[in-house]
Amino acid sequence: MEKKYGVYICKGCGIKEAMDVEKVAGAAKKLQNYKFHDALCSPEGVQMMKNEITNDGVNTIVIAACSPRAKAAEFTFPGVLTERVNIREFVAWTMEPNTDATNDAAYDYLNMGIVKVQKSELPEPNILPDLDSTILVIGGGIAGMTAALSAAGAGSKVVLVEKDAQLGGLVNKLYKKIPTGSYINKPLIVDTDINKTVSEVESNPNIKVYKSTTIAKTDGQPGLYNVTLSNGETMKIGAIVMATGWKPYDANKLDYLGYGKFKNVVTNMELEEIARKNNGKLLRPSDGKPAMKVAFIQCAGQRDPNHLSYCSSMCCATSLKQAQYVRQNEDALAMIFYKDIRTPGRTELYYKEAQNNPGVMLTKADVTGVSEAADGNMFVEMENTLFGTKTGEKVKVEADLVVLAAGMVPTTLGPQAYADGLTAAAGGGDEAKKNYLEQTPKPDYILNLGYRQGPEIPTLEGAAGFADSNFICFQYETRRTGIYAAGSVHQPMNMAEAQEDAAGAAFKAIQAIDHASRGVAVHPRAWDVTYPDPMLIKCTACKRCTEECPFGAIDEDEKGIPKYNLNRCRRCGTCMGACPERIVSFKDYSVDIVGSMLKSVEYSDDEDKPTIICLVCENDSYPALDTAAIAGKKIDPAFRFISMRCLGGMNLVWVADALSKGADGMLLLGCKYGENYQCHFVKGSELANTRFSKVSETLNRLQLESERVQLMQVAINEYDKLPDMLNEFATRIREIGPNPFRTM
Amino acid sequence: MAENKVLVVGGGFSGLTAAVEAAETGSDVIIVEKNPYLGGRVTQLNKYFWKMCPPNCGLETQYKRIKNNGQVTIMTMAEVEKITGSEGNFEVTIKTQPRFVNEKCTGCNKCAEACPEERSNDFDFGMSKTKAAYLPHNQAFPLQYVIDGKACKGSSCAKCAAACAYGAIDLNMKPETKTVKVGAVVMATGWNPYDATKMDNLSFGKVKNVITNMMMERIAAPNGPTAGKIVRPSDGKEVKNIAFVQCAGSRDENHLAHCSYICCLASLKQASYVREMYPDSKVKIFYIDIRTPGLYENRFYAKIKEDQNVSFLKGKVAKIEQGENGDVKVTAEDIHGGGKITETFEMVVLATGMQPTAQSLAGAGVKVTEDGFVDQATLPKGIYATGTLKTPVDVARSAQDATGVVMKSIQSLRRK
Repeated sequence: MEKKYGVYICKGCGIKEAMDVEKVAGAAKKLQNYKFHDALCSPEGVQMMKNEITNDGVNTIVIAACSPRAKAAEFTFPGVLTERVNIREFVAWTMEPNTDATNDAAYDYLNMGIVKVQKSELPEPNILPDLDSTILVIGGGIAGMTAALSAAGAGSKVVLVEKDAQLGGLVNKLYKKIPTGSYINKPLIVDTDINKTVSEVESNPNIKVYKSTTIAKTDGQPGLYNVTLSNGETMKIGAIVMATGWKPYDANKLDYLGYGKFKNVVTNMELEEIARKNNGKLLRPSDGKPAMKVAFIQCAGQRDPNHLSYCSSMCCATSLKQAQYVRQNEDALAMIFYKDIRTPGRTELYYKEAQNNPGVMLTKADVTGVSEAADGNMFVEMENTLFGTKTGEKVKVEADLVVLAAGMVPTTLGPQAYADGLTAAAGGGDEAKKNYLEQTPKPDYILNLGYRQGPEIPTLEGAAGFADSNFICFQYETRRTGIYAAGSVHQPMNMAEAQEDAAGAAFKAIQAIDHASRGVAVHPRAWDVTYPDPMLIKCTACKRCTEECPFGAIDEDEKGIPKYNLNRCRRCGTCMGACPERIVSFKDYSVDIVGSMLKSVEYSDDEDKPTIICLVCENDSYPALDTAAIAGKKIDPAFRFISMRCLGGMNLVWVADALSKGADGMLLLGCKYGENYQCHFVKGSELANTRFSKVSETLNRLQLESERVQLMQVAINEYDKLPDMLNEFATRIREIGPNPFRTM
Repeated sequence: MAENKVLVVGGGFSGLTAAVEAAETGSDVIIVEKNPYLGGRVTQLNKYFWKMCPPNCGLETQYKRIKNNGQVTIMTMAEVEKITGSEGNFEVTIKTQPRFVNEKCTGCNKCAEACPEERSNDFDFGMSKTKAAYLPHNQAFPLQYVIDGKACKGSSCAKCAAACAYGAIDLNMKPETKTVKVGAVVMATGWNPYDATKMDNLSFGKVKNVITNMMMERIAAPNGPTAGKIVRPSDGKEVKNIAFVQCAGSRDENHLAHCSYICCLASLKQASYVREMYPDSKVKIFYIDIRTPGLYENRFYAKIKEDQNVSFLKGKVAKIEQGENGDVKVTAEDIHGGGKITETFEMVVLATGMQPTAQSLAGAGVKVTEDGFVDQATLPKGIYATGTLKTPVDVARSAQDATGVVMKSIQSLRRK
């Protein structure tokens, strides 16, 4: 495409009052076609640009006006390569009006925008051929079946793979379930109707069910997975829902609560089986007598750093339900000993029903142990109860059946623990690693991905083995594009929640395939048609990109040359930042584009006018800068902000580019480190900082002070602090003095 | 032929999630939002529990997705009046209140500078003022000013119209009603804070320095009435000794019978705001049960509990009275120790709960159950309720549920 340029400079919103727009437009003179408008976003301003696009064949435009966060609809022109230059928030609203420094800044911004479009190409989607849209659901429990039915209901073909001989999962073991919705004037325990769901799945023409089957291998990428089943069958798959559920916590570890010691101490899941087998009667394992005094011990091994640090969310309600089983025998008593009763939301009304039941006794208590009583009974020993006892005073309560409310362990924990163990062993040397591999039994893998970065979805340190990415706002922001966890393998949840979650995961799976079919990325860049296009002929097989890709999108061939799987890619540019050969480029985002932009800045000869290149994460820091401008804060005119998709894309060559050209300082603004803040690209700013740690070498070579180059962590709501942070940095740079390269 | 269009009622986090996800999968979407801005309740929050990350981070991403997607139509200051038709072909009547500022607004602030009138700022629960011409908050989306029709003197003043260089002010705007055709409807109108004045014994509005948890969020927020400094309303004193009263209205058959889910975690979060800002501060939490279910939430509770300056007392607060010098006296039953205790604090936060908004949808044909929520099973095919309309949940679970609801909406669009 031959470019025909148009540069449009807005004078509104205080721009013309803050700067000499004629001077600023000097940057556009080389492109000849530049125009001013009093309000570029007005219908007249937009029409002016539209006319040039339609009538004059302008196809590459630079709009110097407000932040790209404003007026998106007005300044979107399909098929036109467009660059927004933010001279309103970054200059007019934050700098002293009409100083040389302000004019210079606006000039540089416009110049950088022009350089960017000169170096960029209009992106076109890269749609991989022969995409398949079948959804693979792994796990045939309630979550998996719901996911399968959801996807099938929207017209997708579904393959459902279940490792057991029948569908239904753990729900098969339940006697009854808690109804959903309102509890007012309704039965408190209802049939699970799991067989109805199973037959719906098995009779659905869009769902193909494999039982007694697991996944032997998953190769490929969204839209193009090659999946091999344990029976040897292979199939093409578009996207995957992982709904492999949970296992009850190993009750043998709960011997302090009498499990394994006393026959009449059972887990909550075992009580379900007892009730189901005996048609609702709770018969004691030791002698088959009906249980008349049933004690429920809540948080059995939960909220306990020695066992499970988390709360499984469902056990309080489960025990309340099981108390209703007890109360089907009106002479029987249910006693629930809890730390806190957790029945959030409408479930509170379910709790209320138990409180109003004369045969259900509830008390807060710290259960310290279970000891033997006569006739197969047990004493539950406790302190800090609500029986009117003093703090620390011990109480014993006799029960003829004790139920431990044990928690959930995700099926992903095994593979994760194995991988963690391997990493730890590898830290001890090759010998230790070898021993580990030989001696440790292999876990039950779920996905068996043929990815360079490992066979499963990586789980986070804080997620206790659950396949959760720990985003509050984005529950399906998976670390493996196209693979979505659903139900209790995702997070601890109850049956109704698992069904909602499964519908959501099935939707995301459909969406991932839809996006692949249109050649766009998925969340958080779901509009992006650009893609990394590495010039592999220059690749040295250093493997940095394959190691650092946050999504495991890049595999390697036998020589170590990266193999990009585009449909796994999220377009963050981490590979671009990682590459020492600088060969990874997007059509509108590359090492050369950003390098050329920062080299185009006119570094002043004047000692008092430092220039600082500032690379800004577009997700948090950029909006924080805009907000500071809206809040009327002033920012030192030394800064030239350049927007980055993620700081993970920061290539070290830019430091040398900027400093050798005359920049006095370089600052990176990225999001906060760690799992609890969370970069959408996993740890972009941390990666940038790691790369930065190697920068002192470059600086030493250039004989420059290392304080000139820094990274700051900024959250989007720190716009109130950000101007001070920036201004302090600028002051430090002034104290250090000008970059000696400037005048050379 | 079914309309390939989804109407989302409510632009809070649930509605935004539903809208963006549906739009990114090829559906046209209309968001009907009653406020002049999107984001709903979470825009007022300083931080999210338990991660202590800023809510605007997620909102910014949602707005960016909307801007780049182009298939979402946003109707602010609008409410649904009536829904007729059936799955695949609904006809929805929407009423829009006048904003008095049109799309030409650039967000330049000149109207607010020129405006001589003030209004109480409902975004800050009345703890601050704005001009009658105002931007709802500094990260508002759409970035478009609004004029409060009640505070504005209208065309007799019109200073804003004179100050606006872009022809964006139209003081003659009238309410408008329009009808749209859609294939599916997602109801996501969320919740309101329970009216704290209804609990006589907790003395909100009568005793100074008794505030609600939502007010505390505004006080702690950098764009709030005190620019993020936690001070008490009566005299601006730094708050070093604070109490949180859990279940202020929730789990109480005279008020809200349900548990509002978020208040325990919110108070733990707010306790950490205070503890971080003032290292010598003390916090006391009066509770019935501490409800922090889930994978991460319980560890958050455990972490706060380790702090020696945060204490917990199991017992319901019976009475709140004015102490000396603006302090607040709290009397509560002490379930463990027995008897009653009375203690004095510099400020008291009422952990008020969620008042569901289901009732407001009755006009749109939505059936409300006896407990104030909506059961999906009672809704007509093609209309889906999500988020806190169904049961109190937090943001994470709202996002989850809203995504599941999009699945169902897409089924509605594809069924016919």
